[in-house]
Amino acid sequence: MKPAPFDYVRPDSLAEACEILAGDEDARIIAGGQTLIPMLAMRLARPSRLIDILRLQELRGIRAEDGAIVIGAVTRQVEVERSDIIKRALPLLTKALPWVGHPPTRARGTVGGSIANADPSAEIPLIAVTLGAEIEIANPTGRTGMPADEFFIGPMLTSVMPGDCVCAVRFPLWPHRRIGTGFHEVSARQSDFAFVAAAAQVAIDDDGRCLDATLGLGGVGDHALRIDVTPLIGADIARVSIADIVRAATEGLEASSDLHATADYRRRVAAVLGTRALEDAFVEARDRNGAIQCGVVQ
Amino acid sequence: MRGRPVKVRLSINGRLREADVEPRKSLLDTLREDFLLVGSHAGCEHGVCGACTVLIDGEPSRACLMFAVQADGYEITTIEGLAPAPGELSIVQDAFCETHGLQCGYCTPGMILTAHALLTHNDSPTRDDIVEAISGNICRCTGYGQIVEAVEFAADRLRKTNAPRHPEVAIADEPVRLAKSKAPRQGVLEAVQTDAPRGGRS
Repeated sequence: MKPAPFDYVRPDSLAEACEILAGDEDARIIAGGQTLIPMLAMRLARPSRLIDILRLQELRGIRAEDGAIVIGAVTRQVEVERSDIIKRALPLLTKALPWVGHPPTRARGTVGGSIANADPSAEIPLIAVTLGAEIEIANPTGRTGMPADEFFIGPMLTSVMPGDCVCAVRFPLWPHRRIGTGFHEVSARQSDFAFVAAAAQVAIDDDGRCLDATLGLGGVGDHALRIDVTPLIGADIARVSIADIVRAATEGLEASSDLHATADYRRRVAAVLGTRALEDAFVEARDRNGAIQCGVVQ
Repeated sequence: MRGRPVKVRLSINGRLREADVEPRKSLLDTLREDFLLVGSHAGCEHGVCGACTVLIDGEPSRACLMFAVQADGYEITTIEGLAPAPGELSIVQDAFCETHGLQCGYCTPGMILTAHALLTHNDSPTRDDIVEAISGNICRCTGYGQIVEAVEFAADRLRKTNAPRHPEVAIADEPVRLAKSKAPRQGVLEAVQTDAPRGGRS
């Protein structure tokens, strides 16, 4: 349970980190280390060098920016969990955060680390996919953005090229006034990996008509998925069967089987939790007048 | 040569300590081997069990999921740093003794530090708050019942002794001077030489 020897560097800027990364193909980025260090300890990874970006101020923090909330890659999960901006602007993320690891791992683990690790059952990638976030990636030639659903391509597999560094996640804000969110998850033990996790966000008008809706599922397949719930949009939510729409949308879902849960179980639970998450979201949008999302100022 | 030892300066329990460590050495191993602070226990060594929990700037964190080279500049608190003075126990430690919140004791330092961090920012935790806080700490002896009880008991005591924070709370059953007194109080166990120069080892 001891890692193989490696060198440790702590660059002073993102540019320097990218340069080191580009010059050494066996180097790895370390931020919170809550997933990487166990992999090193079990020698599933043997990097030549660890590039510590945790203290790079340019990668840290939560800020509101023209219609989006941008979370720096090395912002610790606990900071997001407790953030008032996130609570107001991205209530879905606030709801999902308590399901991420345990309090001690959230104290060190970062948002960018969870994104870059791309665990199929991880909650932060799920919320990124559900809300259509954009992942900002830096390399020695500059910065680019990539939609979350193109970023995650398989279990622990992303479109990030060697030498790239995830530097921020940009969550778009919805322009609607009445927004509701719902999050459900089932796992073997509290805070363990999700067999299935469902995240939903909806917007309704004052007459209870659905203006927008999104549903994401994690833990079911190789990566977090956005489910097509467009039949809900424009419908009077008192008159449609959410369960039928979700069931139809998840019918042919590709699900994985493992020791804990069969593919069939995952598909069935996905339909149930997806329905519950949407129902919760509509109830929240209706009863609590919704979270006021637009016009967030820092 | 790859992985050559480097010098680290760590602030541990309020004192600045130095050691030469390989980059691959975990904070846990450094605390135990270089500073002889063996109260932080090595359990699974990959972040599952919580036996190695220490406080990093007051937040419970796994000492096995951090390298010593990453830990400079933080305020690190180990179980040895909790007692207010030699021969005393902190309120949380004392509560664990009184309610039999430990059996073999292996998970106890991690449990106590986690509870300490919880009670620092929440002196009236609900049972759910406590269960959530210690959800990352595994105990194979107690069944957790007495541990939760210990944290509730410690919270109760903290509320009563921290008179200035809540002047409206009745403190009739515990005179203020007792809380301020440096003398060991009832229920405090015998002297322990915590965080002595050699980590309490002779």
